[in-house]
Amino acid sequence: MRNVLKHLTSKSRRSAWLAFVVLAIALLALPFFTDALLGHGWVRIMDFALLYIMLALGLNIVVGYAGLLDLGYIAFFAVGAYCYALLGSPQLGLHLPFWIVLPLGALLACLFGVLLGAPTLRLRGDYLAIVTLGFGEIIRIFLNNLNAPINITNGPQGISMIDPIRIGEFSFSSTHELFGVTFPSVHLHYYLFLFFTLLVIFISLRLEDSRIGRAWMAIREDEVAAEAMGINTRNIKLLAFAMGATFGGLAGGLFAGFQGFVSPESFSLTESITVLCMVVIGGMGNVSGVLLGGILLIALPEALRHGSGPAQQILFGKTIFDPESLRMLLFGLALVTVMLWRPVGLWPSNQRRRELAVENNATQL
Amino acid sequence: MDTLLQQIVNGIVQGSVYAMVALGYTMVYGILGLINFAHGEVVMVGAMVALSTILLLIGSSLPPLLILLISLITSIVVCMALGYSIERIAYRPLRKAPRLAPLITAIGVSIVLQNLAMIFWGREYHAFPPLLPNSSHMLAGAIITEVQILIVLVALGMMGGLLLLMHRTRLGRAMRAVAENPSAAVLMGVNVNGVISITFMLGSALAAVAGIMVSANYGIVHYSMGSVLGLKAFTAAVLGGIGNMRGAMVGGLLLGLIESLGAGYIGDLSGGFLGSHYQDVFAFFVLISVLIFRPSGLLGERVAERA
Repeated sequence: MRNVLKHLTSKSRRSAWLAFVVLAIALLALPFFTDALLGHGWVRIMDFALLYIMLALGLNIVVGYAGLLDLGYIAFFAVGAYCYALLGSPQLGLHLPFWIVLPLGALLACLFGVLLGAPTLRLRGDYLAIVTLGFGEIIRIFLNNLNAPINITNGPQGISMIDPIRIGEFSFSSTHELFGVTFPSVHLHYYLFLFFTLLVIFISLRLEDSRIGRAWMAIREDEVAAEAMGINTRNIKLLAFAMGATFGGLAGGLFAGFQGFVSPESFSLTESITVLCMVVIGGMGNVSGVLLGGILLIALPEALRHGSGPAQQILFGKTIFDPESLRMLLFGLALVTVMLWRPVGLWPSNQRRRELAVENNATQL
Repeated sequence: MDTLLQQIVNGIVQGSVYAMVALGYTMVYGILGLINFAHGEVVMVGAMVALSTILLLIGSSLPPLLILLISLITSIVVCMALGYSIERIAYRPLRKAPRLAPLITAIGVSIVLQNLAMIFWGREYHAFPPLLPNSSHMLAGAIITEVQILIVLVALGMMGGLLLLMHRTRLGRAMRAVAENPSAAVLMGVNVNGVISITFMLGSALAAVAGIMVSANYGIVHYSMGSVLGLKAFTAAVLGGIGNMRGAMVGGLLLGLIESLGAGYIGDLSGGFLGSHYQDVFAFFVLISVLIFRPSGLLGERVAERA
């Protein structure tokens, strides 16, 4: 019996290693394939997709693990991005290096998260939702208007000519020749973002299985019971909120460095909702589900951009819905339908599935 | 001195509008303990429907007041149907689900409504035809238009009517019973689902009136007008004590005054650093401060419970 077990584990471990190696090679080779098959633009889309996946993973900690609805998550992305933009551009004449600015942006986002979460997390979750919604709008008002009388954010025009991400002498914004292979800038950013995404995934997975992660899920399922078990619910919720904000700030800094330009327009409520949709549709609380949701929701607008015009021409003879409003309409509908018919999302975690099965049995009794 | 008085008048008018919308939030919250995120969008739909009806009828020889009345009724009916459907589709199936679920459907519904409105009525700002007599009067040094007087009167009237409804009628008693304890209300023979539907419809009817008032006051209608208005009205409801109708009225007026006085004087106070375009920021800081210092609001009896 024991031998069989040993045999099984060693075999599954070997296949797991094999899968890991294949996946790693595929991920590393992906930008070259995409470049060859679809063109340069698509590698750029993949870069943005990775940023969004990072955001979705950050929000997953707040919404998925701890069950707190954050409707202004993009504000933390904005904090990170503007922090990078202000400290690394001609706007204020500061050109601090990447490895100082990026953590600083993440830290600042974390601070905002704590400031925002502290007063609301004592109360029921609805308040957090509305306060974060308000915060998301407020931050945009400030970014839009802090250009007079002292010009800090440059208002609606945004900040341009942001320093590229540079580690030592190695700049990510120019093409490099390494080991006889040419790496264009978008490819380099892809690898950088992939590294950070994997880091966020790793942290998420480790957290999920930790004491903190279990505390989050306990709070999500029943806050009163969790408190009775000795969990300091307010601090643990605050931790989730701050951690989500930190990841948002991190992604924001990378976004600013990649794009070289930030303006308040990039941080609208629409973006917050998009990230929320990734988490909800993919599967709240499950990293693989969130990854799936992120990929689907990045692919959908691209498909709409190319497909919706011609399809409507065939169906109605003219274009009724422009792709942008169609996208948001679909996102809104998806939020409602997923909650009504499949509240665990497309790819739920095993634990959530079990919890739901138990609930179903309980209702049948 | 005149500026101060003018700001106070503006604040009261704006506050009356907030109060009307806040009533919708507070009624639903009082009964279901749920923030109806889509309420702001119902206000917007009310304004849009009224606009379309007016534009349809304005060529005819009907007197302007009759046109306004017809459009008011149309928009109330549409909004009531909308409020009923929202409750039926998005909230009722999830009444026993975890708290996160109805919050997410609520935000989903509001996105859907906003984008449908954008597809229907377009992205542009529409001018709202001035049907109401819009001559202005001097009131002790401040200018007030007839529309603004009407807004204040309508808000007060609706408030009074609602209080009568809640405390003097069978329906009102049923609503209070459901708010107190739904399962006990069922045992007493109250049709709980019916009462909840009626609550949503009443709130939406108020939203329709508020939508028309806002558009008549500013003369502009836009598909995105609902979200910020909704956020502020919610703040007003929290400020007054959510779930409490008098509180919604007080909170609305107070928020209106804070905003207009704040916007009027922020420039002087900050030495010209901040200007009146920060008007929208006040509501947010009021919300945060209330949540920190007095989560139950000014008139709220019940302390906001946890989870």
